[in-house]
This record gives sequence, C-alpha cells and structure tokens, in this order.
Amino acid sequence: MPADAAPAPPAPAPPAPGPAAAPGRTAPVTGWGRTAPTTALLLRPRTYDEAATAVRACGARGGIARGLGRAYGDAAQNAGGTVLDMTGLDRIHAIDADGGTVLCDAGVSLHRLMEVLLPLGWFVPVTPGTRQVTVGGAVAADIHGKNHHVSGSFARHVLSLDLLTADGEIRTVVPGTPLFDATAGGMGLTGVILTATVRLLPVETSWMSVDTERARDLDDLLARLTAGDRHHRYSVAWIDLLARGASTGRAVLTRGDHAPLEALRGPLGRPLEFRTRRLPAAPAHLPDGLLGRTAVGLFNELWYRRAPRSRTGEPQRISSFFHPLDGVPHWNRIYGRSGFVQYQFVVGYGQEEALRRIVDRVSARRCASFLAVLKRFGEGDPGWLSFPMPGWTLALDIPAGLPGLGAFLDTLDEEVAGAAGRVYLAKDARLRPELLAAMYPRLPEFRALRRELDPAGVFVSDLARRLGL
Amino acid sequence: MKDAFGTPQSLLILGGTSDIALATARRLIARRTRTVWLAGRPSQDLENAAGHLRGLGAETHTISFDALDPESHEAILGKVFAEGDIDMVLLAFGVLGDQANDERDPVAAARVAQTNYTGAVSSALVCGRALQAQGHGSLVVLSSVAAERARRSNFIYGSSKAGLDTFTQGLGDALHGTGAHVMLVRPGFVRTSMTAGLPESPLATTPEAVAAAIELGLRRRSETVWVPGALRLVMAALRHVPRAVFRRLPL
Repeated sequence: MPADAAPAPPAPAPPAPGPAAAPGRTAPVTGWGRTAPTTALLLRPRTYDEAATAVRACGARGGIARGLGRAYGDAAQNAGGTVLDMTGLDRIHAIDADGGTVLCDAGVSLHRLMEVLLPLGWFVPVTPGTRQVTVGGAVAADIHGKNHHVSGSFARHVLSLDLLTADGEIRTVVPGTPLFDATAGGMGLTGVILTATVRLLPVETSWMSVDTERARDLDDLLARLTAGDRHHRYSVAWIDLLARGASTGRAVLTRGDHAPLEALRGPLGRPLEFRTRRLPAAPAHLPDGLLGRTAVGLFNELWYRRAPRSRTGEPQRISSFFHPLDGVPHWNRIYGRSGFVQYQFVVGYGQEEALRRIVDRVSARRCASFLAVLKRFGEGDPGWLSFPMPGWTLALDIPAGLPGLGAFLDTLDEEVAGAAGRVYLAKDARLRPELLAAMYPRLPEFRALRRELDPAGVFVSDLARRLGL
Repeated sequence: MKDAFGTPQSLLILGGTSDIALATARRLIARRTRTVWLAGRPSQDLENAAGHLRGLGAETHTISFDALDPESHEAILGKVFAEGDIDMVLLAFGVLGDQANDERDPVAAARVAQTNYTGAVSSALVCGRALQAQGHGSLVVLSSVAAERARRSNFIYGSSKAGLDTFTQGLGDALHGTGAHVMLVRPGFVRTSMTAGLPESPLATTPEAVAAAIELGLRRRSETVWVPGALRLVMAALRHVPRAVFRRLPL
C-alpha cells in the first residue's frame, strides 16, 4: 500500500513510477436487462494498488465495482461517477486440492473456476443460471443456485475475503462479523471485494444425473417439490405461465445430483472433463416484440410436451444442466431495444396462497414470460441484504416494453411485501423505494454500517440512489 | 434514478403552471415520481399547482424562474441540481401570443420569440450540462406541430417553436452518448388554458394525452414524439405540399 496519501506538491509532474494505470473511458452502462442506461467513467484496474488509487480518486459521484454485468438491473452502474471493471483482477492464487478451497481474485469468473477446478475433482459450491459471473459479484449479490435448499447461498461458502474500503485500505473480512454480513449481498456498497477464499464441493465426475417429471398444475407442482426436494442436491421447476384454467402453473421439474464415477456407463469421455457448447451469438440489433405472447406460448407448449412425464438418471453435462443459456452469447438481445426486466421474489413457507395469487395474476394477464422458474429455498443466509429466506422463489423474465408492466409489477410487489417476502436486488430495476424496508428488515443496520464505514458515500450505484440503500 | 421503464423519481418543470406539464407530473407521480420542482414566475397559480401535486404525494418545491431573464438561469437552475439528481427536466414554458396584435406590435412579437426560443436556449443548455454531469436524465422539450411549417395564422409563435425545435434536435445530438437523453415532443392542437377560445384544429388532443405520450416516449427512450401519433404522417405529407397550395389550406 502506498503510505503517502498527502497532497502532491505543486511541482512539475514527477516521472510515473512503473506502468501507469490504463486510462478510463466514459461509456453508457446498463445491466443485463438493458434498461435505463447511464454513463460512467469505466476504469479497469489490473492491480490492487490501481484499484485503491481509483477508489481514492472517485470524486463526488463515487464508484462501484462491476464484474461481468450479469446483474439484471442497475446494481453495477453509477451515473456520472466511476465504474470499476473488475475483470482485470482475475488471478487464481492458490488451490488447496486436498482441503478443497480456492483463493482467487474477485474478477475471476465461475466459468474459469470450473475450467480449473473440475479436472481436480472440485466444483463451485453454488452456481446461478450462468457461469459468467465473477466471484466478487457472487459475494456482493450473495447469489443462490438450484441447491439453496441444501447448501444455502454463495457467501456461506466464503471463508475470508479482502475488501478495499472507502478509505483506500484493504481489510480482511471473515464470516461472523458485521462487515462480512453487510458485504454478503451488500451489492458492492461496503467496498470493492478484491479476493475471496471459497470452500469447494468434491465431485467425482463432470456429469449430472438428472430426473425430470411433469406437474400438471401449481398444486401438483408444490406437492412434488415439497415431497422430493430433500432427495436431491439440485432442484428447479420451469413453469408455463401462459397456461390458464385447470392447467395454471403446469411445470417441468428437473432435479439433479453430481453423478458418481460408478454411475457413468459407456463412452462418456474423460469423467472430469469440463465441456461447454457455444452457439452463434444473438445479433446486435433485434426489434422489440420478438418474444410476444404467440412465440412464447408456442415455445412453452413445445417445452412442456417435449419433457417426459417422468425420467430418471439421465446423464447431462454440467454446462447443459446448470447454464443452458450460456451457450448463446448475448441472449439478452432477443428482447430488443427496450430490454427486459427480471422479477424474482420469495415468499415464506405458509404463504402459498400469496404465491398462488401471483401465479394466477401473471397467467390471467397473459404476460409472456419466456423463463419462469420456481424453486424452494432452504434456511436463510446471514447477509443483511441477502435475498434468500426459507420459502418459495419465483423468477420471471418479461419484456420491458409491455404496456402497463410497471404498474402490474407494483401490484405484485404489494402481494410479496404483504406476505413478508422480498424481491431480489441483483435483479431489480424498478422496485418502489418505500417497500424496501419492509422487505429487508436489516436495512437500518446496513445503512448505519455504511454511514460509519463510508461517511463520504464513496461507494454508490444507480441501485443505491434509486432505492436509497 | 429512472426505473426500468424510464419513469423518473425526480422532476424539474420549467413553466410550472403549464397544463401539459402538470398533467405529466400527475401521471408520473402516480408511478414513481416523488420530488417535483416547479419553476416559474412567482404567482398564486404556481403555488396552487405545487399544493395540488403535494396533495398527490410528491415532495414539491417552487422556484422563481423567468424565461425572459437568461442571465439568471445558470444560478437558479444550478441551485436545483445542487440539491440532488434530477431525473427529468420538462421544458414546458411558452406563450402563444396574439398573432393579429403581434403583427402590429413588433415588441410584443419579439417577446414571444424571447420567451419561447431565447429563454429556452439558455435554460436548456444549463440543464443539459447538469444532466451530462450526472451521467443520466432526460430533457423533454415541448415543441409544437406549428414548428414544422409556417402557417399564416400563427407564424410568430410557429417560428419561435421552429427555432426551439431545431435547437433541441441539435442539443440531442450534442448530448448523445453522455447519458443525458433529449426528447422532443410535438403536440398538435392541445385543449389548454393557452388555447382556450381558439378554433380547434383537426386531431385536437388533451394535456393528458400528451402526458401519456411523454411517459411512453421515456420508456422507449424516443427522440421525437408526436401527439397524437397520426400527426407524424399528416405532417410528413403536408411538408411536401407546394406553398401556393399550402397557403390556401384551411389550417
């Protein structure tokens, strides 16, 4: 750490010691949903010192770290300020192949970790629906995966992290401390995560053993999920929200476990090989409205019919089980210029009626959601602004250009807040600020810690401004 | 900040007693807008408008603003932006004038031009620069269909709006890529207090319809909005009508 933070003398500029930091550029930034662009100065630090220098030089409109830009809303943009592109800090420092831990920079993606770790017989403890998220982003959003009911969220597997705070210092933060709990799910507002040590999951193969079954309506689905989830590490249901009447909430359930070595029969290649598929990228300029009711309705019908009534033990590669959409680069472009919003909420167990009402409303409104995913969360996580809590979580992708969508989602928010549930900040782009405190009861502690740690408000994002975090 | 649908949380209205601006504010307050600044010449109407919006649940402030005093714009508007981000500026002030009278009274005619054009140029530049520094926000400028082609019956007003229209297009290009978004709104005949007593043109519309079009334009991040939308086609055709014919049209 450079110790001399004193103001420079007004002498001619001294020769730069070592290579200068890459100059930033001012550019529009959006989240994955491509709504509400704002412009910021993008800096890409390559060293911790460069990151610290950038944080100290943020100026009045502050800064925020950004990974691979998979947050759907405005969590990793900072209008008129600085955005620190963390993908330049991408070293894996140490792998403990016996104990099953990895120490890496925050800018390392889960994809990279899988590439490196799977051949060694280890897997990331939690992965969302994409591998294209950084470790720093995974902690900041405290991401969850299809194994939340068993494994909890990502931060639960973090043993330690290095955090660059507003004063330009680097602090080592360990679980069980307020700073850790504020940082896990803290949307990058406590500081810039520089490194993390993550506990890994041992696997014998890079294959999944997958069970698939169909549920004819929502009641059937909830019953099947409740009865069967404990038998599988991973579980998720895709719902057809365009189905109405008696088949409202019909779904395809997919459950999986890491396939043990002896389960592999036949020529399945090297058992720990990590293989991914890559289809052509979506074109850059697509019109709005491609994913209208007809297209999505047709897709849903086919998807439901194509799924077997019941199938067990199907081998699938890790990439196709967890991350089918990663095969299509820039798939977010298919929503056109207006982009899309993802609406993900959770309501606790016992609030099934609220869930049912929401599903009924979405179905009745014929709101074309191409991806609608329901799963059960297990025990809640310690992060103050962590999203998961024991209960049902439903995620919907909806084109932002749909008339009246904002007001419609507001009514769903009321339902969610009324059931003591919450929406996911990493996906939010539109929540009414007044509902935030009801959804996140530990918000006052989070705000107090931020005031103390960052009195000048160095770390700020559009999300933080919009919701008053 | 704006939400995913382009709805602002904070709004600055230049011309705080404008019917169209207030209809827009009401509509946006029903969605996300929580802070409204009403800028205008101090008057009971301005205070009443603020009270009304406050009643709808917005934190509302009034500030003294005179379009005819460009020297003051930087200081007055600068203070508003210093209080916090403004997600949307609605430039809504303007006077219609009295064509017949103004043709005989050049000073009165010049005042129409000074208000609608000169005052808009200085205040829009101040706001544009502030939005650029913020890295986000929309500047929505109320032009008019009258800006598209000179009409015998209102060319003094029309020419001032034409100047404003051209200026706004250029400003939009200048601010492109800075995070600030400039949207030009071209309404046709709007039934407001400004047009009370005038003979109605075809395709007449209401302040509420203009407000709805503005909200839609924000969502789509449009650069030009016609109200009603059919005017875009009508004007595309009228633009090519020879003057000798245009002059005789009952417009």
